[in-house]
Order: sequence, then structure tokens, then C-alpha cells
Amino acid sequence: MISAYAGKLLRVDLTSRQVRSESIDPDAARRFIGGRGLATKMLSEAVHPQVDPLSPANTLILATGPLTGTSAMCGGRFMAVTKGPLTGTIASSNCGGTFGPELKYAGYDMVVLEGAASEPLLMVIEDGKVELHPAGELWGLNVHETEDRLHGELGRDFQLVSIGPAGEKLVRFAAIINDKGRAAGRSGVGAVMGSKKLKAIAVRGTGGLSVADPPGFRAACLDSLAKLEAGEITGQGLQSFGTAILVNIINESGVFPTRNFRQGQFESAEKISGETIAEEILVRPRACVACPIACGRVTEVRGGPYRSRGDGPEYETVWALGADTGVEDLGAVTKANYVCNELGMDTITAGATVACAMELFEEGVLSEKDVGRKLKFGDAEAVVDMMTKIGNREGFGDVLAEGSARVAERYGRPELFMGVKKQEMPAYDPRGVFGMGVQYATSNRGGCHVRGYMIAPEILGVPQKLDAHTPQGKAETNIAFQNLTAALDSIGVCLFVTFSIGAPELAAMLKTATGFDYDADEFMQVGERIWNLEKLFNMKAGLTRKDDTLPRRLLSEPMPAGPAKGLTVPLDEMLTQYYRLRGWDEQGAPTQEKLAALGL
Amino acid sequence: MANMLLIEPEKCTTCRLCELVCSERGEGIFRPSRSRVRVWIDAEAAEYVPMVCIQCDDAPCMEECPTEALVRDPVTNAVVVVAEKCDECAICESACPYGVIRCLDGLARKCDLCGGDPECVRFCATGAIQYAEPGRWPRAARETYTDRLRSLCEEAQA
Repeated sequence: MISAYAGKLLRVDLTSRQVRSESIDPDAARRFIGGRGLATKMLSEAVHPQVDPLSPANTLILATGPLTGTSAMCGGRFMAVTKGPLTGTIASSNCGGTFGPELKYAGYDMVVLEGAASEPLLMVIEDGKVELHPAGELWGLNVHETEDRLHGELGRDFQLVSIGPAGEKLVRFAAIINDKGRAAGRSGVGAVMGSKKLKAIAVRGTGGLSVADPPGFRAACLDSLAKLEAGEITGQGLQSFGTAILVNIINESGVFPTRNFRQGQFESAEKISGETIAEEILVRPRACVACPIACGRVTEVRGGPYRSRGDGPEYETVWALGADTGVEDLGAVTKANYVCNELGMDTITAGATVACAMELFEEGVLSEKDVGRKLKFGDAEAVVDMMTKIGNREGFGDVLAEGSARVAERYGRPELFMGVKKQEMPAYDPRGVFGMGVQYATSNRGGCHVRGYMIAPEILGVPQKLDAHTPQGKAETNIAFQNLTAALDSIGVCLFVTFSIGAPELAAMLKTATGFDYDADEFMQVGERIWNLEKLFNMKAGLTRKDDTLPRRLLSEPMPAGPAKGLTVPLDEMLTQYYRLRGWDEQGAPTQEKLAALGL
Repeated sequence: MANMLLIEPEKCTTCRLCELVCSERGEGIFRPSRSRVRVWIDAEAAEYVPMVCIQCDDAPCMEECPTEALVRDPVTNAVVVVAEKCDECAICESACPYGVIRCLDGLARKCDLCGGDPECVRFCATGAIQYAEPGRWPRAARETYTDRLRSLCEEAQA
């Protein structure tokens, strides 16, 4: 048994309803850590990359890291790893909240979900005791109703993950939700759970976790805590204003995608900013387990047609449901966010898909008859309405539930899909942040900001400022960020710590917790190993160099106005350099030498 | 006068680092179910209350313990458990009006102020739990806090 790990995983065959406990392999743990890394290794071995993601042949792994459930800073996380139904690539979605730590206290690092049940099921895990129950009466409930029902029946000490109607109805961007508002959001991991007919997992654990070197671990945690408290972003900004503190910063940099990336600045950004959220709707911040940052927002829309209470919105959400659809009504944006939480779906893809449909509508490709209503940019009521319709696959929502790549393709305008590998890009227009362009193009799960957050150096100046409008040095920095993030997602810690700490601090916590002799270099190498393994999965799934690209708009339509006026993304240059620095061939395939060096 | 734990619930964010490090200090492992401090979370009402022992001057737990297993530390003013004397009768648990002493696995568990350097305070980033002179905690705020602890305890028993 390795320190800091629970030491076991739970393998569940939903088809036969067999559950068995297995030991975590220490050698694999050393090479892939846990979380995203170890789950990717296991998925690669168990699932043929060409399987239909929504078939019983796909596997869904919920995986904590060794630091999950300890006092490691922001170490309350788990990952949902599977083949994604939105992208056809590997999917690995990170989630905070309370579920991950509780799973470990119950005795398990991971839950491996195989096959598919013939009727809806609920899984209850209580200190090593695991039961599968019929859940027909839960099927159809939204996430909030499900949580309330289960907390009433099982007790409030149980921590929950569940899917809503979106997951049940296989919306391609359905999420798995914990604590009513924390999502393993992207790529459709919730639809995979729905395809397996698993409505929810309830877990209660009263056990504990030991670390290898308690005084050393304590010192490493305190060192990281001090740096997080001293950091401008982690110490004050995120707690006071949430992630939406970025709205004004990104808008001023001219890279706040507006109306399906037609523009880079939103004239009403201030109205949906973190500052306005704090002023108008914030009830109080809420943290995930072990997080001193507390970016989470408990909010309440106190009047008007959208009066309600819930979690969010965070930055990407106010962008997707606001600027990208041209909506400036914070109440509507917030309400649309609550609907996504309740129905269980990714706010980024949901909003961006409506934005794409709005452009199709304004271009005359979609008619009022197609949609069942007008769908113009800026129509707040339409955005809220479409969220409900998508999550329930009602009317035109059934079309949008496939995501904007398929919608744009269906109506003959594939170039209006603003994403990569069928997944929508989030809230940064790479025409004015070049490194983000190569990051989007190479991300192993398609359009995504949390594989390598190039905004940190290019806009925020962390760890040091890079000129956002040059391709120079971007491939190199992007690779380092991608590797760092892959390792970080494997230890169970939140990406936001990297605003203030890096590989040395993370490796110090990991080493003292597990007793494995990690240093910063090995930590980064594990990240590189994971990145390459994900790439191999995607290649076997059929993806090629042509998938490592950006929408035509970003490559050939210059930014119309603002600080990035006149710019397009010089992707080819960065991509060629990226492949070379990765040790991959010209087609973007890892070379034998690289794979051998990484032990793959 | 010895310092005491001073609680400002409105600063709590529910990160529960206090529970994690408290359990590590007391049990040697990260095991929040055995933590001496526990954070009450009512997500719907957005009410979060770090529940800690306030080391009552006239501590009912100490008065009612039949084996004299609870004693006052003269330096920190904390009421501490003498493990060898505790016979797991749980009388202290029912005597405590605030629900902050629990008998589990054969031992009464309560806050001992970590001997004067409380670990929860070290890790509380927002100052929801501080270690300060009693005079720094306004009487009204303190009473609001203890009243809430008492009502939460009564709700739990009901």
C-alpha cells in the first residue's frame, strides 16, 4: 500500500452488476500518478479507441489523485476519463466539490464503470460496502432534485455525483455534477454515464489517509499556502470576484470572443463582469474541499423574470451564455447557468452552440420555422429558453444537443463552428493571444483552455509576460504548460494553484505525501508521458494532423477591431515548431525514440 | 489571559482545511470524520459554521465526567482529555450543549488548542478561525455564535 492513496479501485460491470475491488498497481502509480494519468493508462488498455463512446464498450473512470483528500492546497479534485461523445477523442474532465475526497475516505482511489445497465441504477458506496440499486424513480429528475432526494434518503453525510436529464438523453455535452454546481463539464462525460444508465453515485467514507512524511508534507502545504495567499490572483482576486474577474481584463485585451467570434470585444462586458456579479448577485464565495482560494460563487438573482438562486456563473460561463450570444443581461446569464447545472450540461458548449445557431439564423441559414422562434444575437430570453430545450432535447433543442460542430455541418456551414475536434473553444480569441491558438489546435480534447492556460503568460504575465501577438516561443511554453497541467490533473490538485506555485511546490507535496522520490523534472516528465499517451489514443481513434487546426475565421479573417485589430493566428509556424519540440514527426505522430524515452 | 479560538462564521468558505489538519494532528491521518472541529454546511441557506469548542469557563463536560478524564490545561486554558482515564461513557458528549465533543472509537475527542498553536488557525486562509485574546471577540458576536452552536446541537439531537 502506497501512502496517500486509498490503495484500491472499484471495478463495476454495469451489464452484469458485478462489483469488485482491486489494488492500485504501485508501478503504474509511480509512472502515471493517479487521476488523469493513471485513468488514461487504464482506459487506453481497456477500450479500443474506435469504440462508439455511447456504447457499452466504452469505459468511464472517475479517478482521484494521491493528494485528493489530504491537506494539499486545492487538493479536492477528481477526473472523469472516458472516450468523449462530443469529440471522439479522449475526454478527461476535472471536477471539484466534495465527491473526490469522500471516495477516498470510503477506501477507493477510482471507480471504473464498464458495460451498461438495462435499467437505471444508483450506486451507493459506504466505507467499502458497495451496492447497486434500481433507480427508476430517480430517472428524469434534475440534478438538484436528485441530490435532495438522495440526501433525504441516505443522509446529508453522503457526497454525490449525478447526471440530469441531459445525461440521460445523451446530450453530447452532458456533464457529471457534484454539489449541485460543480461539474466534470466538458466533452460529454455525463452522456457516457447516461449511456450506462447510471444515474448517480452516493459515497460516504469515514476512513482516513496517511502520508509518507507528515512533517515534510505539512511544511510543503504551508509553503504552498503562503504563496497562494501572497499571490495577487489566488490571494484576493479569485475569492473576491470569482473567475469572472477575467471579463474586463480579457475584454480590454481585445480577445473576448463576441457573437460567435465575430468580434473580440463585447460592448457590455462590464455588465457581466466579476465585479458586477460581486455587486449584484453574489451571496458568498464557496470553496471546494481543501481550497483556500474559494472561487465558487453562491449567487441569487433577486428580482425580475430570472429570479432564482444557485451556483455560478464563472468566467467561461458568463462568456458562453453572455458575450458569445451577445447577451448583456446578467440575470438571464445566471439563470441559464442554473438551468445547465440542474439539467447537467456543459455551459461552454451549450452557450457556444446557441451562439453558432444565432449566426446561422442571422445569416438566413436557419429560419424561424426551423428553430420554432427567432434566434438573434442578444436575445436573453432565447438563451434561457434554449438551455431548457437542449437539456431536455425538446424541439430544436434536440438538434442543438449534438453540439455546434454537428449543427454547423448539418446546415452546410461547417466553418461557423468555432472549435477544434468538434469541441467549442472557450472564452479567448487566439487572434490576439497566439499561444492560445497553438494550444487549442493541439489540445488532446479539442477546444479547451485548461490543457495549457497560455492566458497566464500572454495576458496575465504569469510566471512572466510574453508578447501575445508573436508566434515566437509559444510552442515551447505551451508544451511546458500542457505537461504541467497533465501532471497536475493527476495528483488531484486544482489548476488554479499554478497562478502562484509550480512544479517544484507540487512535486514537494507529492513526494512527501507518497514517499515516491519525485522532483520537479520527473513531475514534468510524467506530464509529458500522459500527454503522449493521450495523443496515441486519439491517433488510434482516427485523428490526424488535419484535426490539429483552428476554424477558418481565426486563420483568415482578421480581427475587426480593438487591440488585436488586423491579426489572424499564424498557426502553421507554431504547429511545425510544436511538433518538432514535442519530438513528433511532421504528421504530428510521436516518434519511436520519444515513446521509448517516455517508456511508452 | 490565555488566547482562545475566535470564530467569524461569515468568513468561512467551507474549504474544510481545518477539519483535515485537525484530524491529522489528532489522529495522525487525514480523517475529517474524526476531526475535533467540524464545519456545519447548509448549502441552501449558504450558512457555514465552523463548530469548535470554546473551552467554557464552567465546562459541563469536565464537571460531569465521572472518571475525571477531562482536565483544564493551566497554560492554554483548554479542557483536555486524559486518554488513560477516559472510559468511553460518552457522558461528556451529552453534557456539551454545543455538540463539539464526541466519543468515537473508545475515546472522547475534543479540541485541545493543539497545546497553544492551533493547527486549524494555521491553515485557515480567510480568518474564519483565529486564535486571539478573548477581549477581541465582542460579547454579542460570541453569544450569537454560541447560540447558533447550541441550536445546531439541539437540531442534531432532535
